[in-house]
Amino acid sequence: MAAFIVRMGPVLMLWLAVCVSGSWAVDRGNFKTCDQSTFCKRQRALKPGQSPYRALLETLELTNTKLTLQLINDNNKVRLLLELYRLQGNMTRVKINELKPLKPRFEVPDVLINDPPTEPLSLLSQDENGMVLSLGADSQRLIVSAKPFRLDIMEGREVLLSLNSRGLLAFEHLRIRFLMCCVLSPSGPTSISLDFSLPGVEHVYGIPEHADTLKLKTTDGGEPYRLYNLDVFQYELFNPMALYGAIPVMLSHSPQRTMGLFWLNAAETWVDISSNTAGKTVFGQMLDYVQGSSETPQTDVRWISESGIIDVFIMLGPTPTDVFAQYASLTGTQAFPPLAALAYHQCRWNYNDQEDVAAVDQGFDQHDIPYDFIWLDIEHADGKRYFTWDPHKFPQPKEMLQGLEDKRRKMVAIVDPHIKVDNSYKIHSEIRSRGFYIKNKDGGDYEGWCWPGNSGYPDFTNPEMRAWWASMFAYDQYEGSRENLYTWNDMNEPSVFNGPEVTMHKDAVHGNWEHRDLHNIYGLYVQMATAEGLIQRSGGVERPFVLTRAFFAGSQRYGAVWTGDNAAEWDHLKITIPMCLSLGLVGVSFCGADVGGFFKSPSPELLVRWYQTGAYQPFFRAHAHLDTPRREPWLFGPENTALIREAVRQRYALLPYWYQLFYHAHRTGQPVMRYSLWVEYPQDTATFSMDDQFLLGENLLVHPVTEEGARGVTAYLPGNGEVWFDVHTFQKHNGGQNLYIPVTMSSIPVFQRGGSIIPRKVRVRRSSSCMEHDPYTLYVALSPKRFAQGELYIDDGHTFSYEKQKEFIYRRLAFANNTLSSRNLAPGSQFTTLSWIEKIVILGASKPSKVTLKMPDGKESQLEFDFDASMSVLTLRKPGVNAGVDWTVVLQ
Amino acid sequence: MSLVKLLLLMSLALVMRAGAAVEIQRPRGVPLSKRQFYEEEKPFTCLDGSRTIPFDRVNDDYCDCKDGSDEPGTAACPNGSFHCTNAGFRPAFIPSSRINDGICDCCDTTDEYNSGATCQNTCRELGRKERESLQKMAEVTREGFMLKQQLIHEAKKGQEEKQVKLTEFQSTKKGLEEKVEALRTVKEIAEEPEKEAKERHLKAWEEQKELIRMEKDKARMAEAFLELDDDADGYVSVAELQSHPELDPDSDGSLTETETQGLLGGADKVDTTAFESVWSSIKGKYLLESQSDPPAPVETPQEEARDLGSDHDSDHYPEDYAGEDEDEEEDEEDDDPEEEEDKAPPTVRTPEKKEDDEMSMPPSFVTIHIFFINIFFSLCYTAVPVSLEKEIGFDFGPSAEFAYLYSQCYELSTSEYVYRLCPFNRVSQKPKFGGSETNLGLWGQWAGPEDNIYAVMKYDHGTGCWQGPNRSTTVKLTCGKETVVTSTSEPSRCEYLMEFTTPAVCQEPPSLEEALHGHTEL
Repeated sequence: MAAFIVRMGPVLMLWLAVCVSGSWAVDRGNFKTCDQSTFCKRQRALKPGQSPYRALLETLELTNTKLTLQLINDNNKVRLLLELYRLQGNMTRVKINELKPLKPRFEVPDVLINDPPTEPLSLLSQDENGMVLSLGADSQRLIVSAKPFRLDIMEGREVLLSLNSRGLLAFEHLRIRFLMCCVLSPSGPTSISLDFSLPGVEHVYGIPEHADTLKLKTTDGGEPYRLYNLDVFQYELFNPMALYGAIPVMLSHSPQRTMGLFWLNAAETWVDISSNTAGKTVFGQMLDYVQGSSETPQTDVRWISESGIIDVFIMLGPTPTDVFAQYASLTGTQAFPPLAALAYHQCRWNYNDQEDVAAVDQGFDQHDIPYDFIWLDIEHADGKRYFTWDPHKFPQPKEMLQGLEDKRRKMVAIVDPHIKVDNSYKIHSEIRSRGFYIKNKDGGDYEGWCWPGNSGYPDFTNPEMRAWWASMFAYDQYEGSRENLYTWNDMNEPSVFNGPEVTMHKDAVHGNWEHRDLHNIYGLYVQMATAEGLIQRSGGVERPFVLTRAFFAGSQRYGAVWTGDNAAEWDHLKITIPMCLSLGLVGVSFCGADVGGFFKSPSPELLVRWYQTGAYQPFFRAHAHLDTPRREPWLFGPENTALIREAVRQRYALLPYWYQLFYHAHRTGQPVMRYSLWVEYPQDTATFSMDDQFLLGENLLVHPVTEEGARGVTAYLPGNGEVWFDVHTFQKHNGGQNLYIPVTMSSIPVFQRGGSIIPRKVRVRRSSSCMEHDPYTLYVALSPKRFAQGELYIDDGHTFSYEKQKEFIYRRLAFANNTLSSRNLAPGSQFTTLSWIEKIVILGASKPSKVTLKMPDGKESQLEFDFDASMSVLTLRKPGVNAGVDWTVVLQ
Repeated sequence: MSLVKLLLLMSLALVMRAGAAVEIQRPRGVPLSKRQFYEEEKPFTCLDGSRTIPFDRVNDDYCDCKDGSDEPGTAACPNGSFHCTNAGFRPAFIPSSRINDGICDCCDTTDEYNSGATCQNTCRELGRKERESLQKMAEVTREGFMLKQQLIHEAKKGQEEKQVKLTEFQSTKKGLEEKVEALRTVKEIAEEPEKEAKERHLKAWEEQKELIRMEKDKARMAEAFLELDDDADGYVSVAELQSHPELDPDSDGSLTETETQGLLGGADKVDTTAFESVWSSIKGKYLLESQSDPPAPVETPQEEARDLGSDHDSDHYPEDYAGEDEDEEEDEEDDDPEEEEDKAPPTVRTPEKKEDDEMSMPPSFVTIHIFFINIFFSLCYTAVPVSLEKEIGFDFGPSAEFAYLYSQCYELSTSEYVYRLCPFNRVSQKPKFGGSETNLGLWGQWAGPEDNIYAVMKYDHGTGCWQGPNRSTTVKLTCGKETVVTSTSEPSRCEYLMEFTTPAVCQEPPSLEEALHGHTEL
């Protein structure tokens, strides 16, 4: 959905009037630079140097769970309160607030899944210059320096991280009077800032959402990375401008260690990154002997937020996996989506009417292309009144949904958080009468322009409002809804066409708080309440599926996100990889970009390449702007139709693997679109800046073709001594090399790691539900040591029974000593499946003389097999065993 | 593991032919036509010949053949296809991925033999419905086809006449052009020293003048005929002539039928040849319609066509239009005879008057110039049939069956808009409740598939869209007795789709017998 549209003439004019000062040719002029954001400008004017803050060591209080200490600003004598926590799982939490604020400062609720469990801190030594604390058993020390105040975390002799080492801790404390004419905050400026130094670190990642490279760039002399959820019209690539979502989490990575910083603050935030040589002298004497040459690389980071408190979680790793687990322990893991949500989604702004929906549905069958979800954008509702249907275009939504159900397919309809101000609209009148709208500074309901015209914005930060909103998804409330209707939350930054920077005025009021305090978390709450609604309508049985555009730390718990209104350009295709990888690093695995590009019209070549790329990215949805020509997969001639069909089919065949990866992400917090490669190959510096390929889980390496007119791509196959198998030709390649692969229009370079087993369902049907009982084919790719292992996860695909009743199958598949076996990994669970093992393909095998299938009851049978000597591929014919039982296959 | 144990499942096909029931056994999913390849107790060779397998591996739910031919009755092969007999309806192939997927695809339910889906056999019902609709269709097609024959006949006639007229005009024009040439010579000579010239040319000039007068008269007559012949049937009838009250012989203000018949020499109607004698008696009084005031009524559809054309082609026929630039004329989309006539009169009339006054005078430069101008405008008159030429130039279908649509317009009213299709001209959309009309495309070309190019019309270069292409409309033609726009939609932004029925696309219907039995394998 766009921020901008010609049909909304009046809105547009109004908006234009508001934005009249900016240059209109490029969107950039409509959004603030640091200089235009007064607090950022003030904070950034503060240069590294001696910090005015001093720790008052005599105020130290140490309990079992935390240390507290007062800090004083020697310039103005304002005191701050520092709280230090050692958290379980190798994390340290640092909180700094005013000791006695004039009124409470905002602390972000609902992001942490619980009060993080602590471990005791112990004081090792103390003198007038500071103190040394022990951080658990890993020979980690926390050094508190008194004057100037700074913190250093060390492991052994190594400094892992320093706080305020550059003296950029700043706290604009609340004041009695207005100090500046233009700042509308009743308590004057309230911004905060803190710097972090990361010795030995050259690579930092994360802090999405930005349309930029995976590896974050230094911001010296340029704009800081901005985190402020905004509806950006036709966003530009490769710059640090804010986009729709904000996750204030940064990861640092070096071959030795991976760490994370989680800055829990929901106000407008800016992040400066600079590299090396700064700030090593302040605490220098004490540490000189520890550090090697002054050439040690170092990254310095500075966070600036407009309000709230400093609340930082330092995740100390040391491995990437550890950091993911640490962050997951704080904010939760990826919601486990219904299996169908991992299949292909067909969207367009807009499918015009019921007949159009039926025709597109029919088109997929005619062209034998599978799909699971068809989507309806804003035009489906009656005058953009969400929860309703246009009476002319969609007079019989239930019949339409039943028609899709008959094909075992589903629908998503959009429900945005701006509510048309119209007294005859039930949703509006209820929200108004219950006082659930966000208020303006004068106490009236805040109103702004959005799709329906004049709109109110429900206060999703209010739990009562969320509960009411959730209840609106009940089948008897949401007329025309059915079990196979799911929801899409767009415009939840929130987008306000006539608001500053196309969003809400910062002085709008949410209960006791100003919008400025919590802007970045508004979108999370919208998706949270919606997902809760979908759960409740089924009595807690069914898993929800909700897509959101705005997000914050913790949003992974509620569904999927997409990268917003991109464009049909090759660079936009390329940027999908780093954008989704960045999100994956900070917990959001269920990420995708509009296949084909939202704005503009893709060439058939770009569209095909985008399908091929999207088929291997987590959220796989084609979408298009209202003004673009139609682009259903069959509209570009039979050749392109066949290419798209093949890409979509590859996705469907791999659904068992995708599902298993999401189960894993849900259980452990490990990213699905794993990772930028350094996650799996933390020592391999070649992978640290790779933006054009990625791993799915540990075992599939994807290097999609994203260049126009490409005749070949160079994929980097990591892992010295490892091997990779081309999943299409089964050709074996050595790891640790750049491999040139000639490509044609049908090529999607994908490699399976030697040593892995990947289950597929190669009988692709018209929707994922239709494939439920189909048999599996196991692809066993042997390592050079003739070993392989993998997993198989099966459940009903759509309910919470896997969690509540432990109804699932989770098995370990292992190949060693010429024996392939399936063993139960979850003895406490139970589930029966009709699926069976249809075929086993062993890559890198040698020819056996016979193959025996052995069952636990002692029964043995010989399996027929084919051996392709040219590619060393052994295919075992029809083991026929149920996928949920123990079995063993022995090659002799 | 019921799927695993699926053995060779044989389907019993009940085949009814000539009242006798015959059971033909063949593996599930195999069409009768391929039965011979699946012989029980013989090894099965994949239909692509790639390998041979024991027969018990046919339909054993494991794909052995690359071409999928060993699993016609299971979903095991990605490229297989399943044959449903659908007794009572029409047989069909479905992709084998639709076998046992829980969705009933074959009306005889045979695709869902092991999925737990409860399917109803709907073949008989479908067959009945199809027969009904085929019957209806056949009726429509038959009647439509008859109408089409009529259209073809009329079009043929109309075309011939138009061709005749065109030829006539062309010859007139040629004659006039020759005169111009002659006059030019005269003029050139006249421009020689005047004294000598006067004497020498006076006589020749008089002759020349008479000749020109005759030619002009002829041209005027031809024009008058064309005007009078309202229904373009090649005859001027009593009724047609009656529209010219100025011809009233007794000047009592009414031109009665009898009087008119008198003018026509007693005949009910006259053709071009007979009209020559009529012309000599009426030409003194006859006012060309283009000169008469008020102008004679014009047929509604033509008027509509002009109205529609006016907002975008106001720059056609520039004031100094000289009739010489024929190439350009032919490039113009919307030649409009009335418009031309409207413009012509004042300039034509003036010189004619002068001509009468000065006819007896010896030629001077002035007169020669005036003559020159006269001829010039006579040539302009020959521009009238340019629209004819144009019309004949349209592709009205193999038998000109679409000619009747020319200069007609058809409307469809929706809740918001009135859509108007003027075939071979343009498509437009006007909001019902105020607002200006939007051009959805001008006639482009026939755009059906290669084997049926006349099934689709394409109109493009309509009003531009914001950030988008110019509006365009695809008109799909289907056979119907009536000529109507049945639906419009905008499947993609600014790309409109219109459904239009016309007898002109009705194909010769097969006999009803054929229609009913040709498609049904019972």
